[in-house]
Amino acid sequence: MTARTSSPPKREPAAAGFLRAVGAVAWKDLAAEFRSRELFTAMLVFSLLVILIFNFALELDIKTRESVTAGVLWVTFAFAGTLGLNRSMSIEKDQGSMDGLLLAPVDRSAIYFGKVISNLTFMLIVEAIVLPVYSFLYNVNLLRPGLLLILLLGSIGYIVVGTLLAAMAVQSRTRDVMLPILLFPVVIPVLIAAVKASSGFLTGDDPASILPWLNLLVVYDVIFTSIAFMVFDYVVEE
Amino acid sequence: MHSLHRMPTVSEAPMIQVTKLVKRFGTKTVLNGLDLEVRKGEFVALLGPNGAGKTTFLRVLASLSHPSLGEVRVAGHPLPQQAAAVRARLGVVSHMPLLYGDLTAEENLRFYGRLYGIPRLAERIDEVLGMIGLDSRRRDLVRTFSRGMQQRLAIGRAVLHDPDVMLFDEPHTGLDQDASAMLDTVLRSVAALGRTVLMTSHDLVRAEALASRFDVLSRGVIVASATPRQLRSSNLLAFYKRSLAD
Repeated sequence: MTARTSSPPKREPAAAGFLRAVGAVAWKDLAAEFRSRELFTAMLVFSLLVILIFNFALELDIKTRESVTAGVLWVTFAFAGTLGLNRSMSIEKDQGSMDGLLLAPVDRSAIYFGKVISNLTFMLIVEAIVLPVYSFLYNVNLLRPGLLLILLLGSIGYIVVGTLLAAMAVQSRTRDVMLPILLFPVVIPVLIAAVKASSGFLTGDDPASILPWLNLLVVYDVIFTSIAFMVFDYVVEE
Repeated sequence: MHSLHRMPTVSEAPMIQVTKLVKRFGTKTVLNGLDLEVRKGEFVALLGPNGAGKTTFLRVLASLSHPSLGEVRVAGHPLPQQAAAVRARLGVVSHMPLLYGDLTAEENLRFYGRLYGIPRLAERIDEVLGMIGLDSRRRDLVRTFSRGMQQRLAIGRAVLHDPDVMLFDEPHTGLDQDASAMLDTVLRSVAALGRTVLMTSHDLVRAEALASRFDVLSRGVIVASATPRQLRSSNLLAFYKRSLAD
């Protein structure tokens, strides 16, 4: 066995090291998930079952369909997202690999942002599959740029908070029930804003009436991303 | 390059310096004024019964847990103030392998290598996989590995960034005799490069074969310390039992 005797490498800028660590964590999660498909399959199957059940439970006329679509979609994505968030953190905890991440000489918020990127990717992939299925079942056109923007902003807000709270909940013995209990009260603003804005786009409301909800989503995303950046280190600290 | 056969040299410089360390969890005091000094190049076996505080102590040294009171310095850096600097010079192997079963051996090392910002990573991964004898299994998923192979890969992960200080928390847990013997070979090669090693263990036979000093931890404090030379006529088991009885 040999030790490395070459001259010490040049110190890279802090921002470059941070981004490298974010990329490493996101790559690791995506590579492991695309191989096992445990988390993604659970989220997708759950989402498809929920919209199928709603389809049979609500026998709606065309007008009513458009008004309930936003609510059905966001309820589906919120619950499916919880499954993914729980699994994403419990993998680290069960295998003890959270310690491996925390032992790295990087800012711990890099771990958080890496997790956010992977969780958001899974959620967006599930949404990309569910939307056409929903359109087919409910005969509603969901491929509208405004609605897609709301889905992106709402998903970011949901995942930003959810990843932080999942890191907190995973340390409790009742983590499976703890995450929804912690998460849903905090994401109420993002869910309300997302449902209102999505509904506005689907029913063809005046853009001026949608704009405040859109602004709320942007502000929520910025505020909670900043809070998570500041507190993640304390959340994972023993 | 260092040779495999190079003998470790012990220098006077302390790589681990702990003074009056107290660690409390609520009202429970796990470490109760612990003092310890480990010099560069030493291989110290930390022995003690279950609940003595060995794992808690290693977690404090690894910056995974904050000390309640006292002073802790690793590689000259105080904890918790310079935790990132400590982590850059530290390799940790616990009884959990800290690996991802759905990644291959090579992917696991590549992930940790990126996290640590290791230059010429591919070359370093080749070197480490050769050292731990897993080169032929580099493209296999870690979940298909035996416990012994996972533990060797865990050591590979821990030495990837060439740390100065290594912490081993009961690395032989769950290994059969052959796997333990192979792990010992890897541990010796890790120590032979002059690294400072602190290993907790319940296995006195293995500790005796590997370490250059034995410290006994009981009720949160070091109650006895001896080198193989000081033990002389006594064996480690007798020393251990006597230390706990005092």
